[in-house]
Amino acid sequence: MATFFGEVVVAPSRAGLDEEEEAREETPEDREIRREIEKKREVDVLWTGSCAQQPLVCSRFIVAIGRNAAAFLSSFILDSVCWEVVGVVKLWNEWCRTSSTTNVLPTDSFCLFYRLISDPTVLLCQCSCYVAEDQQFQWLEKVFGSMQKKGLQVTILSTCPVADYKTQESTLTLVSPFLKALKTKEFQEPVCCPLLEQPNIVRDLPAAVLSYCQVWQIPAVLYQCYTDVIKLDTVTIEAFKPLLSSKVLKSLAKDASESTKVLKKFLTTSETHNNIYI
Amino acid sequence: MFIPCHRGGDSAGPDFQGFTLLMPAVSVGNVGQLAIDLVVSTLDMTKVGYFYTDCLVPMVGNNPYATAEENSTELSINAEVYSLPSKKLVVLQIRSPFIKNKYRPFCETLLSWVKSSKCARVVLLSSSHAYQRDDEQLLGTPLRYLLTPDLEKAVGGRMKELNWKEMEKVAAYPGISDTDKVLHIPGGGITKLLFTERVIEECGLEGILKMP
Repeated sequence: MATFFGEVVVAPSRAGLDEEEEAREETPEDREIRREIEKKREVDVLWTGSCAQQPLVCSRFIVAIGRNAAAFLSSFILDSVCWEVVGVVKLWNEWCRTSSTTNVLPTDSFCLFYRLISDPTVLLCQCSCYVAEDQQFQWLEKVFGSMQKKGLQVTILSTCPVADYKTQESTLTLVSPFLKALKTKEFQEPVCCPLLEQPNIVRDLPAAVLSYCQVWQIPAVLYQCYTDVIKLDTVTIEAFKPLLSSKVLKSLAKDASESTKVLKKFLTTSETHNNIYI
Repeated sequence: MFIPCHRGGDSAGPDFQGFTLLMPAVSVGNVGQLAIDLVVSTLDMTKVGYFYTDCLVPMVGNNPYATAEENSTELSINAEVYSLPSKKLVVLQIRSPFIKNKYRPFCETLLSWVKSSKCARVVLLSSSHAYQRDDEQLLGTPLRYLLTPDLEKAVGGRMKELNWKEMEKVAAYPGISDTDKVLHIPGGGITKLLFTERVIEECGLEGILKMP
């Protein structure tokens, strides 16, 4: 019996599908307004140094989407000695605006690309900004369009609310955060956690990247962390630790003491100050 | 655009000449999509490709038609094509809604693919809001059909035999004038757009709508 994925739509959009508006012919004024908005919402990928010459030869591409996934890479993989910034994405939408600066805080909205100095075919992306649904395809085409796909393997890290996880298990026994994986047909290596069960789905940019890899036959794996914390959180960041034993990340992992120092910084960044007194 | 699952070597890609394309409109209650899920799983259709487009919200999940451990971990994306050559049937399943302002580009891309693959006809499964029914529509079957003119000749008679009802048109300016009638399919997604695009007359289009 088929299980279906259920309705893939965010609640606000269900209320008004604007079908009549979509079916209507555009007036010249409508067309002009639409073009201006599209121009404003264009995604720009700016590559620096030798990466400006394309196509980039890439053997491993690790993409961290969302603040916690990005913070995991900052804590356990990235440093200023072994990695150099080679690219940045500039975009604007109703939720965020990124800039071309590479000096960012963990709570900022940014999308940066790094390359391993000792092996320039290893690329890493931290994308903590929200990429809107009409920008995701552009992001894909502009990022992957710059890369040679032969011999490429992609690893995607992302998070989502545990409230989105559908299961017959009681939520009392469900210990979050936890990891689930999805992989493309071409991905043959073992995964670091159980696969995501039907009828659960992944959406937004992580889904766009994995779909691209599936269609164009690129080996890729997505690790989705289900968490009940919506902001930057060290418990969620550490939930990605099993990935450090994977073939892709094993050789890239930093010293444990370095990771602890960086994680402590995130702890102070994410503390909220709720005191109210005179 | 259509991207076959298997490519390279001697593989020329699947041939859909003369096939019937069955697809859902992403519409109220996901009725068309649910029906397509049942068709694909009941007929055990094989996935033959993807409809790769920037018009749909991206989504991925594991195979919703899994019958065993082995095939439960095949990745599915938002628009996939399945085929059953013995019945000359090709199915497009769409699993997510349209991105704003992408209805028309999607219809154009779809119809371009239908023409290039030489499908004989397209059957669209759709739905519409039940609360929009008038007094007459509240009685009897909630099922309606729509045909393009060339299919009218081919299957119009069969529709009458089955006693199916054609989708009624409504007044364009209700309360002011009853003479101008238009097709009104609230909650029907791209249904109306596909039927009002002139190019679809070159390939028969049949819509089956349920008002849930």
